[in-house]
Amino acid sequence: MTEWLEVVSHLLVVAGALFFVTGSLGFIRFPDVFTRLHALTKADNLGLGLLCSGLALQADGLAEAAKIMLIWLLVLLASGIGATLVASTAAACGIRPWQNRTGASREAQQEPQE
Amino acid sequence: MTALTLGFDLLLAAGLIWLGWQALFLTRRFAAVVHLMAFNLLMALVWVRLEAPDIALAEAAIGAGVTGALLLTALGRLPSGAATGSHPQRWHRYWRYPAVFAACIGAGWLAWGVQRLPRPGLAAEVTTELEATGVSHAVTAVLLNIRALDTLLEVAVMLGAVMLVWSLGPALRPFAPATALPGLPALSRLLHPLFLLVPTYLLWRGAHAPGGAFPAGAVLGAGGILLLLVERIGWMQQPRFKPLLRLLLVAGLALFLAVGLGGLLLTGTFLAIPQALAKPAILAVEVATALSIALMLMALYLYGEPGR
Amino acid sequence: MTPIYLFAAVLLLANAGVAAWRIWQGPTSADRMVAAELMTTTTVAVLLILSALVELPALVDVALLFALLAAVAMANFVTRTWTLLREDGQAREEARHD
Repeated sequence: MTEWLEVVSHLLVVAGALFFVTGSLGFIRFPDVFTRLHALTKADNLGLGLLCSGLALQADGLAEAAKIMLIWLLVLLASGIGATLVASTAAACGIRPWQNRTGASREAQQEPQE
Repeated sequence: MTALTLGFDLLLAAGLIWLGWQALFLTRRFAAVVHLMAFNLLMALVWVRLEAPDIALAEAAIGAGVTGALLLTALGRLPSGAATGSHPQRWHRYWRYPAVFAACIGAGWLAWGVQRLPRPGLAAEVTTELEATGVSHAVTAVLLNIRALDTLLEVAVMLGAVMLVWSLGPALRPFAPATALPGLPALSRLLHPLFLLVPTYLLWRGAHAPGGAFPAGAVLGAGGILLLLVERIGWMQQPRFKPLLRLLLVAGLALFLAVGLGGLLLTGTFLAIPQALAKPAILAVEVATALSIALMLMALYLYGEPGR
Repeated sequence: MTPIYLFAAVLLLANAGVAAWRIWQGPTSADRMVAAELMTTTTVAVLLILSALVELPALVDVALLFALLAAVAMANFVTRTWTLLREDGQAREEARHD
């Protein structure tokens, strides 16, 4: 039973770390702030969730496990609400979303650079 | 295994140097501030690697919450066009070389001082005295009993900083946000129970594990800053509450001094707490200083005297 | 058991490196702020893994503090520092018209 628990927890931790890697890939490749918010709020929070559940399985007691899951919940809250705050402020401040349409593509190509 | 540990440490050190360098030498002030916030995050990891969870906790509480908030708000008030500083190569043309020389001398002096530190440190002596201090965690014992004078003076320095900031002028009236942000009050409402619960937990834990008044006060202060951001604290700006605000700001220092003077009367030494009274006295001082520290951080965040 | 956790910690630290690159690269203030948020998430993950590795339960508290305080920096940015973001937007509009 404990061995199985250990295997499951290791699998969850590794899966979580891999989701973090995909999120970072998004951070490198995505063209503007609105798309990068997806990498942060989806891939990384899922990664943290998997990692937290993996570690909670190995925690010393129920209280410790609950604390680890509370951390995940807090990060979800902060990045979920924070993403809407940043996106609406950026839109209101004149940051245009990236568009990959043929007419706009030449202008948009310059957007990833300064 | 050891190679992985070494890789982890090397990555950490390289990241720390990179972030510190960028925070010092970037010309865009906002980018420099964000680098400093990231530097604080990695610094907490470094303290963890050095097996100093108490310092990591303080670094997290102060670096992630209050320092970032203060610097970001100050940046937002800069006049337009002041967001970019001058390139470091342009500052102090002739002073650069003496500065580098002085930094090398200072680093050498510190390295020499580290060699002369007593080994294996004072941990054993603190552990033998732990029985008499009234708490079972060595760091709290040192901060609030054995070297209480240092902590007392730190609180006094913070109070001095608040007085200095308030003497600069009336509190800043913030600009309205760029657009309606309905998420912000929701965020504050959801997080508020935790901003009360976590400092209480840290205070209670401080007696036997890493925690204590400074991190608790800093977290409570960060929660207060979140409340100030959504403008839920009207009373701090109102003139009729100003005597109360001043009283609360001084309360921690006053109680600390009272305990110190009580020690002087009972035992003949300033800040020497009798063993029987040690636990309740330390608890009272911790609660009062945590509340005062939280209010002081909020008062600093007003960037001036409220209600003037 | 420990090599897997240690490997995950090194991988996560490399992710923090990506976040540091994005903070340096920008281009707008919002990008830097989002990258700082990514760095917080990664640091929380590394702290949790280290707490399992070195048996220091206090590290979970450190991670809890980072998770709790991440929102404060975000809220500060959108309410008090957005003026810089508008300057970014204007600078880029001008750059596009050149």
